[in-house]
Amino acid sequence: MLDQWLFVGIFVSIAAVFPLLPLVMARFLAPRKPNRIKQETYECGIETVGDTWVQFKIQYYVYALVFLIFDIETVFLYPWAVSFDVLPLFAVFEGVLFILILAAGLFYAWRKGALEWS
Amino acid sequence: MTFFEDPVVFLSNLIQDLLVGLNLAPSVVTFFMTLLGVVIVASFGLIAVIFLIWLERKVAARFQDRIGPNRAGPYGLLQTFADIIKLITKEDITPDNADKVAFNIAPILSVVSVLLIWAVIPFASGWIGSDINVGVLYIGAVGSFGILSVLMAGWSSNNKYALLGAFRAVAQLISYEVPMLITLLIPVLLARTMGLMGIVEAQSTWFVVYAPLPALIFLISSIAEIGRTPFDLLEAESEIVAGFHTEYTGMKFGLFFAGEFLHAFTIGVLTAILFFGGWRGPGAETYPVLGVIYLMLKALGGYFIVMWVRTTLPRIRIDHMLNFNWKLLVPVTLALLMLIAVLDKAFAGTALYLPALIAANLVVFAGLMVALRQLAVRQRKERKRFKKRPVAKPA
Repeated sequence: MLDQWLFVGIFVSIAAVFPLLPLVMARFLAPRKPNRIKQETYECGIETVGDTWVQFKIQYYVYALVFLIFDIETVFLYPWAVSFDVLPLFAVFEGVLFILILAAGLFYAWRKGALEWS
Repeated sequence: MTFFEDPVVFLSNLIQDLLVGLNLAPSVVTFFMTLLGVVIVASFGLIAVIFLIWLERKVAARFQDRIGPNRAGPYGLLQTFADIIKLITKEDITPDNADKVAFNIAPILSVVSVLLIWAVIPFASGWIGSDINVGVLYIGAVGSFGILSVLMAGWSSNNKYALLGAFRAVAQLISYEVPMLITLLIPVLLARTMGLMGIVEAQSTWFVVYAPLPALIFLISSIAEIGRTPFDLLEAESEIVAGFHTEYTGMKFGLFFAGEFLHAFTIGVLTAILFFGGWRGPGAETYPVLGVIYLMLKALGGYFIVMWVRTTLPRIRIDHMLNFNWKLLVPVTLALLMLIAVLDKAFAGTALYLPALIAANLVVFAGLMVALRQLAVRQRKERKRFKKRPVAKPA
């Protein structure tokens, strides 16, 4: 098992090196003539006005919050699914109940209008 | 073991004997063998992408009644190499206002996140990079880095279009992660293991037979995860220039591009492994080379569907896209998961197993259709409450 994780560990470093190679090649091959106008923020030829990093529509973050609940829920369900053979019937229904509670959460978010794009 | 039966095991034994013959310590031998395996698997992914870009351009061209690349090399096969050379020799521009660190890491991360999935892909019987026992969870985990790279690229560019693309990425990619993770759970439930090799071995009947609806939902949410048409809101070129990668030039843009194509093909591979029996097929047990061919054919089939959808459908509006996910896909997948879990426990090992699971799929599908119909009727009534708009008549 540890050998398998060694593979993943080496894979992470190699996978990071592979996309770096063309970037390093580009560094040597590509021309570099920076100037002030070229380095400006692109905005269809108009000078950009104001700060970009502003507070923005909250709706995007509401979705992120709802996502967080469901993501963690699924992680909890994986061990449940793997050990399905040895689970007693009670544990299966407990898992179903867990999903139902989350479905109730989704329903609540729905009725509250958290899923409306307005 | 001869070369023709299993070339990979044959060659790896040969190299291992050679290394042991050099009087190296066993741990060093293991390290070198693992390193060799990593380089082979990782380059397989990256070399595949060169071919895939050509393939996709050719197929998309045919869909649009064009010929596609046909100048560089036979059938335009060298077109991608020409593109790579062009991208490498282009000037790399980093905007003055950008957050330099995040700006430079993002394109690398976008390729890494997809490439990492290939570490656990079973190519054939016994041919797998790393058969870890949490394979599916690992895929879900490294897949999320892709979202991070999009967000980093959009935020660090300090460009309003890029930022809008990043915001949309948060809403879209994150939302579609939910049905994708839940449908990933269903093959795990049916196979009783998270290891991908185990999932393939458990499919004496393909899981798509037991769970056609989850397979479809997995494919849809995966297409949304890649951010392709009809879900390409994060780089919608007619609205926000190029979305999150507006400020990227040269090879850094190329990496985003390569990452997207590799991801699309990886989706095909994953669908094949999780629902269509992976490398299984006649003779694949004894001749692993056949297994690779089966897997690649199935994966190309899935990839073709992704291309087909891309060239056929227009982009959908953001509220429709989010409603489709949260009000349709998520409830349906939750219902399917509950039904399949209960039926699996009740009928596992009996003759009723397959009919029961198919019936569950049909019931959910029928329920979905009834609900959609009612919604359509209600919307039609709503529309009738308003008078018809006066239409300008020709004089």
